Amino acid sequence: MTPADLLPLLVALPLLAAVLPLLAARVRRDLVRAVTVAALLAQVALALAVAAFVATDGPLATVVGDIPAAFGIGLAVDELSAVVVVLVAVVGVAAFALADPDTTGPEGSLWLLLVAGFTGVAVTADVFNLYVFLEISGLAAYALVATGRGVDAAFAAFKYLLVGTVGATLYLLGVGYAFVATGTLSMADLAPALAAAGYDSTLVVTAYALIAVGLGVKLALFPLHAWKPDAYAAAPGSVAVALGALGSTVAGYALVRITYGVFTADFLAAVPEVQSLMVAAGAVSVAAGGVLALRATDVRRLLAYSSVSQFGLFAVGVALAHPVALTGALVALVGHAVAKGGLFAATVAVEARTGARSVGEYARLAAALPVTAAVVAVLAASLVGLPPTVGFAGKWYLALGAVETGAWVAAAVVVASTLLSLGYAGRLVERAYLAPESTDDAVATDGGADAAVGPDAEASRATTALAIAVAAAVVVLAVGVGAGALADWLAPVVEGWL
Amino acid sequence: MTDPLFGVGAWFAHAVFAVLVGVGLFVLVDDDNLVKKVIGLNIFQTGVFLFFVTSAYRADGKAPLVTGPGPYVNPLPHVLILTAIVVGVAVTAVALALVVRIYGEYGTLREDVIREVRAAERESAAAEAAEEGSR
Repeated sequence: MTPADLLPLLVALPLLAAVLPLLAARVRRDLVRAVTVAALLAQVALALAVAAFVATDGPLATVVGDIPAAFGIGLAVDELSAVVVVLVAVVGVAAFALADPDTTGPEGSLWLLLVAGFTGVAVTADVFNLYVFLEISGLAAYALVATGRGVDAAFAAFKYLLVGTVGATLYLLGVGYAFVATGTLSMADLAPALAAAGYDSTLVVTAYALIAVGLGVKLALFPLHAWKPDAYAAAPGSVAVALGALGSTVAGYALVRITYGVFTADFLAAVPEVQSLMVAAGAVSVAAGGVLALRATDVRRLLAYSSVSQFGLFAVGVALAHPVALTGALVALVGHAVAKGGLFAATVAVEARTGARSVGEYARLAAALPVTAAVVAVLAASLVGLPPTVGFAGKWYLALGAVETGAWVAAAVVVASTLLSLGYAGRLVERAYLAPESTDDAVATDGGADAAVGPDAEASRATTALAIAVAAAVVVLAVGVGAGALADWLAPVVEGWL
Repeated sequence: MTDPLFGVGAWFAHAVFAVLVGVGLFVLVDDDNLVKKVIGLNIFQTGVFLFFVTSAYRADGKAPLVTGPGPYVNPLPHVLILTAIVVGVAVTAVALALVVRIYGEYGTLREDVIREVRAAERESAAAEAAEEGSR
């Protein structure tokens, strides 16, 4: 058995294990959680093993069932996919730790399907399978959002479903155009076939436009972002952590993979309009997301709008087609995932301890919950891009790349995004540390608004959430200090593309 | 021998594809009824499916059976769309389940009415909070 034989298991393990929680629920309900956690932990071990093999042997690739690669189901993991696979597995198990202790069978299954879908997007080497995995993760995400209490969750999930499905279907239509132009769906074969079809042919340009818009919906770029704040605010805390960290991150990975692995940098050079449009869309997203985040009162909505802004910056970094800028975008992608997941975990901790959900209610949080407030401050600093966090490293590479290509608009966007994020993230930190004592809506210590679950469960949930947020803060600082190592790790992928 | 209707047939299928995608998206965005939104989504997806299936067509193409004579139509898009149809069914099922839950809560399928109810709820909640604050 070779290391590449592990790749199908990355998808098959969570996909097949998704049946177990349902079976466990029939035997003994309290087994559901244990079974789900065991499967998620096995996935973490598998992901780390694959990453270790990539570190020693270089990229892995396989075709399921020994069918020729042109027709078979190809799977491939390079340095970049390995990072995403590990991120998905770790976030999956960490976020599930915040789920209701009384997890039902279907909910455990949905978590495993979510992990299977996200992992599939990261490891597939076929553009059609990417669509299928996008939809698997999407369906699990819609259903998980709907597990939130109250009808708000159902309504938010419904809107998320409509918009998300339209996005995925537009992606599929783009794949159809690429297929008509080339007759193949394998990423490795598409790259030369698209070049042969002519990068400026209408079919190829339309294919890319549809794929980019479809993934733009999943990235929640302005004005395709409306589903995000509603879904993240209405979802249960555990789901908000998972989707906040992974949802758009995996779509961002797909955009990079399709742009450089399939359409290649030559396409961007041949059709400069695509590049300028992407920079423009990213810049608008940075500005709109930042302003909306400034105006948000609900902390979770603020974080969702902040993602809109951050992914705008990511799109700008991808569009520049410059190795340093792309490295910056990828570092920012990973860093944002960790920081945002940690921030959502912090909101879960605050909510469980105090019931606070709005920015106003975070007033004097530092006095009530000093550790949580400190963690929020560190993670917010990463969103802004202050050294020594990973957010700084990403923005630094991005700005450097923008200046080196002479893309002054992009450089200005990086600076503007820093100012805007300083505005909204700073507002949160300012409330937590500097709000005047007399504020009416200071942190109310009513022990959480949750009557259905006992106070003990709420306290333990708060502790777990805080542990996750602290871990995220440590990662953000460690990767920030060692950002060079992450950039070096990604260098072979970036050099292969540019 | 080339099918004289090839050009007409392909043109017609593409026209239907464009109409379906347009109609589907329009219903999805414009209609206030949640079930009709789901129907719009289905029509939109069906249009995309038709596009794929059309791409398999070739003049005088036969069903791709190993025992049959060629030339064959391309079987790959059909297989892809079978998968996509399954995905579409799953999406529809989840969407309708959510619609049932929303209907159970609000007693209506109309999005505009739901929005009004939600706005009223928010107002009354805000008024309650203000009252509590003034006490």
